[in-house]
Amino acid sequence: MKTKIKADDPLIIAGRSFGSRLLLGTGKFSSARVMKSALKASGTEIVTVALRRVELDNARDSILSAVDVGRYLLLPNTSGARNAEEAVRLARLARAAGCEPWIKLEVTPDPHYLLPDPIETLKAAEILVREGFTVLPYINADPVLAKRLEEVGTATVMPLGSPIGSNRGLKTRELIEIIIEKARVPVVVDAGLGAPSHAAEAMEMGADAVLVNTAVAVAGDPVAMARAFKKGVEAGREAFLAGLGSPRKTAEASSPLTGFLR
Amino acid sequence: MSFYDVIHSYNWNEIQKEIGRRTVEDVERALAARTPGLDDLMSLLSPQAEPFLEQMAQRAHRLTLQRFGRVMGMFAPLYLSNVCTNRCVYCGFNAGNAITRLTLTPEEAGTEGESLRRMGFRTVLLLSGEAPQVITEEYLKRVLERLRPRFSSIGIEMFPMAEKRYRELIGQGVDGLTLFQETYDETSYGEFHPGGRKCDYRWRLEAPERGGAAGFRRLGIGALLGLNDWRVEGFYVALHASHLLKTCWKSQLAVSFPRLRSSAGAYEPRFPVADRHLVQLICALRLFLPDVGFTLSTRELAPLRDCLIPLGITTMSAGSHTEPGGYSRPGKGGAQFEVADGRSPGAVAEALRRTGYEPVWKEWDAASAFA
Repeated sequence: MKTKIKADDPLIIAGRSFGSRLLLGTGKFSSARVMKSALKASGTEIVTVALRRVELDNARDSILSAVDVGRYLLLPNTSGARNAEEAVRLARLARAAGCEPWIKLEVTPDPHYLLPDPIETLKAAEILVREGFTVLPYINADPVLAKRLEEVGTATVMPLGSPIGSNRGLKTRELIEIIIEKARVPVVVDAGLGAPSHAAEAMEMGADAVLVNTAVAVAGDPVAMARAFKKGVEAGREAFLAGLGSPRKTAEASSPLTGFLR
Repeated sequence: MSFYDVIHSYNWNEIQKEIGRRTVEDVERALAARTPGLDDLMSLLSPQAEPFLEQMAQRAHRLTLQRFGRVMGMFAPLYLSNVCTNRCVYCGFNAGNAITRLTLTPEEAGTEGESLRRMGFRTVLLLSGEAPQVITEEYLKRVLERLRPRFSSIGIEMFPMAEKRYRELIGQGVDGLTLFQETYDETSYGEFHPGGRKCDYRWRLEAPERGGAAGFRRLGIGALLGLNDWRVEGFYVALHASHLLKTCWKSQLAVSFPRLRSSAGAYEPRFPVADRHLVQLICALRLFLPDVGFTLSTRELAPLRDCLIPLGITTMSAGSHTEPGGYSRPGKGGAQFEVADGRSPGAVAEALRRTGYEPVWKEWDAASAFA
């Protein structure tokens, strides 16, 4: 049975509704001005910001002042945290500085590949959920971990497509399919998406949203690339809702073996 | 197995010969590799790779852009003292040099920190000579108490210490450790460091892994370019980096490229490194170490620094003073080396923006790690 295409198809996270299914990161841009234009062109409504990079008490901070909080949900992330304790402290700092209690949880003890630590992530998620945060955890594409996080009350799960910043696309496809199949919270594919076709692929699989940063920030023309990702995400979503035919490896003749039955 | 054991399975002269034997075909194979190994690195460091410099630079640029983006981490050195018991033949702080010796009081260090903070810096690197009788535990504790509230990240570049001591410093708010081996050639190391505790090659060589074990978030290594054949030195830096990436996997690693400049002792580098060779070294190491930070100081002239930005550099200092107290009262104490890029931090930031890079002043928030 095919899902009916809905004109109104919002992404709902923790009861809050968003018109765009593309989340954008703010790292690696050549200037705040380019970043601001890229955000606008992408149509995004959720923008992540690394707490380690911003000065929360400085109104003139180059990133914070470029993100219009009337237009975007500012989603602080705990990038740089190496364990649960550091991530929890960063989240509390953000809330104390007046940010909404939404947090993108990243615990990455290895600073080179930035792969998430499943044990510390789960630990931090439990604490932050208990403290009233809406938690969006960045995880490896591990279906069991995704369920465990859902059980402690995270608002989404955010499995990686391939190592962050690698632009290599959906290398974890098989596992993300299982996560999507089992999830009762939105699945946001985060990290590794290097081209709009990768984003479209994730959406066609049934991901609820994708998060992109490097591919846009370091593109020759980040604004045009942001626009291209917007289209990729929309096309993928529409295809998913329209009901894709299953791919076949061989051409299928009409009943060469069973034709005699008719 | 420590890096001291690793390094003993390689022979300096053999590596030098091996690099010299590399052919154009070896270089082409190295450039075709998706992830070049140590063998490829030797080809990239060889004289035969020189005609491929532009190709190497293009690839180094792409790798750096993808991994680090169009941003440049900014930091400033803060010299606490130029008192030193060592006799490093190339260094302005050599105990035998007649320079004005000066150690900042903790209050003066705080004033220096405040000057740097006002210039925009949130990351500071504390330096001193090797003078444990002056740079005591109590002294550093008092300095850090004054600097911690002013900076989001504090590194040290001092004499090597024991793991236990590093743990204490981390507890007092230090998150980065930089220590250059100067030269990885154990034989000539002794000639360059004839007096003082720095004679101990192994104690210095193993300090970064002691730092990693103690829990520093950032580790910095490097060789002082000009002391020895840069091609061989580059190989050993890469070997050290590979070792640290495995043993200290939680620390962000950075490699620096300090090139010897004139100093009070008027030391002339035995193996001067030309600009094009500095570029070859940076590009070869970037191809081998795509995820490691590369640091460039104000030892280099402004026009060269601006050109090196896209080739792999990820953090740089600006507006530096290498004499203690130089930011609030310039020119009172003797300097470690002559600064070649004398532009203000604002002017360097402007040059970065013109090149299409965003200067980043804050990259870590110590408040999240420091209760």
